[in-house]
Amino acid sequence: MEALWLIPLLPLLGFVTLLVTEGRLPAVLVAMIGAGSVGLAALAAAPVTLDFLQQGPGTVFAQPLWVWIDVAGFSPDITLYLDGLSLAMVWVITGVGFLIHLYATGYMAGDPGYSRFFAYMNLFVFAMLMLVLADDLLVLYLGWEGVGLCSYLLIGFFHDEPANGYAARKAFVVTRVGDTAMALGLFLLFRELGTLDIQSVLSAATTTWPDGSTTVTVAALLILGGAVGKSAQLPLQTWLPDAMAGPTPVSALIHAATMVTAGVYLVARVHDLFLLSPLAQSALIGVGLATLFMAACAALVQRDIKRILAYSTMSQIGYMFFALGVGAWSAAVFHLMTHAFFKALLFLSAGSVILALHHEQDIFRMGGLWRRLPLPFAGMLVGAAALAALPFTSGFYSKDAILLASAAAPGGLWLWAAASLAALVTALYSARLIFVVFFGPPGSAAGPDDGSNNAMRGPLVVLSLLALGGGWFGLAPPAAVLPDGGVSHGHGGWLAWVTGAVPLLGVGLGYLLFYRWRERTAALVSGAAAQTLRRFWQAGWGFDWLYARLFEQPFTALARLNRRDVVDVPFVLTAALLRIGHQLAADGQNGRLRWYLANMAAGLALLLIIVLGAA
Amino acid sequence: MNAVSIPLEHVMALAATLFLIGLAGVLVRRNLIFLLMSLEIMMNACGLAFIAAGARWGAADGQIMYMLILALAAAEVAVALGLLLQLERRLGSLDIDAASELRG
Repeated sequence: MEALWLIPLLPLLGFVTLLVTEGRLPAVLVAMIGAGSVGLAALAAAPVTLDFLQQGPGTVFAQPLWVWIDVAGFSPDITLYLDGLSLAMVWVITGVGFLIHLYATGYMAGDPGYSRFFAYMNLFVFAMLMLVLADDLLVLYLGWEGVGLCSYLLIGFFHDEPANGYAARKAFVVTRVGDTAMALGLFLLFRELGTLDIQSVLSAATTTWPDGSTTVTVAALLILGGAVGKSAQLPLQTWLPDAMAGPTPVSALIHAATMVTAGVYLVARVHDLFLLSPLAQSALIGVGLATLFMAACAALVQRDIKRILAYSTMSQIGYMFFALGVGAWSAAVFHLMTHAFFKALLFLSAGSVILALHHEQDIFRMGGLWRRLPLPFAGMLVGAAALAALPFTSGFYSKDAILLASAAAPGGLWLWAAASLAALVTALYSARLIFVVFFGPPGSAAGPDDGSNNAMRGPLVVLSLLALGGGWFGLAPPAAVLPDGGVSHGHGGWLAWVTGAVPLLGVGLGYLLFYRWRERTAALVSGAAAQTLRRFWQAGWGFDWLYARLFEQPFTALARLNRRDVVDVPFVLTAALLRIGHQLAADGQNGRLRWYLANMAAGLALLLIIVLGAA
Repeated sequence: MNAVSIPLEHVMALAATLFLIGLAGVLVRRNLIFLLMSLEIMMNACGLAFIAAGARWGAADGQIMYMLILALAAAEVAVALGLLLQLERRLGSLDIDAASELRG
């Protein structure tokens, strides 16, 4: 287990190597360094995991590296902290991350920014590993901002296009709103508890604060704000669909499998704070359910294949937040893991389709691809099945666990009903994706020319297996850390049957709506009201429109008002006054002796008059 | 020595008149020589006032002050004549307004 420090170090080394060589290395070497460093990190994680499993799931291992700062009793140290939860995250990051890196070596081949791309990706993996291995909230925050930076750099990777730069800035600014809330939360925790060491904070919190105290609620809500921003939940979700401007492997790694789920990890990591605050837990449920439903409806009407997947990611993370809220902690982490498998698979398959069609992303211009692109089709089919939670796929186990746990929570039947309804919509849009892209009438897109190579095919196969069988992984290690003690599969009764049947119902409905009765559906939604609703959902429920009016326009109006620097007026006036005084004094200084004398005499006379007048 | 003494007011009025005549000369004349002559008049006006006041109160201070003024006037003339020559040499005129290079 002593090799723990190697895991984040290897991607960092990869990043530094690629950075200092400035893209002068041949592409083969870049691919070896870029993907290899992450692969080696995964290899380094293997003996650590073996040690860990030998010592039992409750093991905690902390490896102090050095003290970061030591100032007046505040000494955050860089310590790697490994428990069941971070172990699961390490595997998601290095394992899925390696597969995506491998895929990217093929996908990005020939790009002029090949080396830059892998440098950023490696930096991302390093930052994400620091995030999940941090023992101190400040170090966690370092990783947190690091992944945000990489997200910004990679969304704007194709920076020749101004729209991509705009999307990158939007992602950066919107997540920064959440990060500010999180920073405030950390300040509050430090002021109240005097430490940011996670374990100390949690134990101090439970002894210091009574249940539902205001301070702990505020702290939990502020941290939730950070999680909401990073994980693209309501009301800070608007950046994620635009973030699809980045290369597809980036969408798979950062905006599906790892970074966007950091919020879920954070909440699970500081779960004691949320356990102390019923209000914060209700907020989790509210945010999760609202996002889940909103994003699922938005995904149902998108035309761009990557935007469908983006909204779907948002919606699935909504499930995780919902699960955290109802107290199904390990189900949330379980879903995080299975989601990483199947969503990465979906994105990579979509990437293969997009590449084969020469960068066509409109699903209605695809159509009928199943025979001509068999491997992406298989990958997408497996991914969509897991996303829809069809029985015995990985998504089925995790989503079932969440739904059944929600039914057991207080007031649970309503929560269960709402979440199941959203699961129905999920199955519906998954079916739409498959039927339109692979079985629809052949579209106008050029191709397909299967441009994929073995580097791209391998990860698809492995991820397909994981998306199918990932549900069989016991999730004992994280469960030992979390308060609910694990995922139970054994719920019986009608509820379990209904929960299992909902996805089937959704897929059946999708088959009818988007394949069998395609024309009838088209006629049905061509009405004015349906079209308005479609546009509304396609624009993501108009949040961009709303925020443009609420924040952007007042701000730009204010900036326009202040173009001449209103706040500078007092200073400018002072300067003008001084300049006038200077002019007067300078005019008096005209060099004429007689003028000086006359003034002197006049002054003297004035003085005399005053003195004599006073006497 | 009990002659008819001149009243102090008369002497003071004369001194003031002389002083004002000198001041007016300083202010209106531009030629440096006339300026210096006007200055002499003003200083003599002061001297007259000191003498008269000293005689009025029977104090020696007034006469001492007059001697100081005399010495001052002599020194002033010596310096001023030197300046005058320099001015004539550099500017080619004795116009005091021509020497206004120190204007702000």
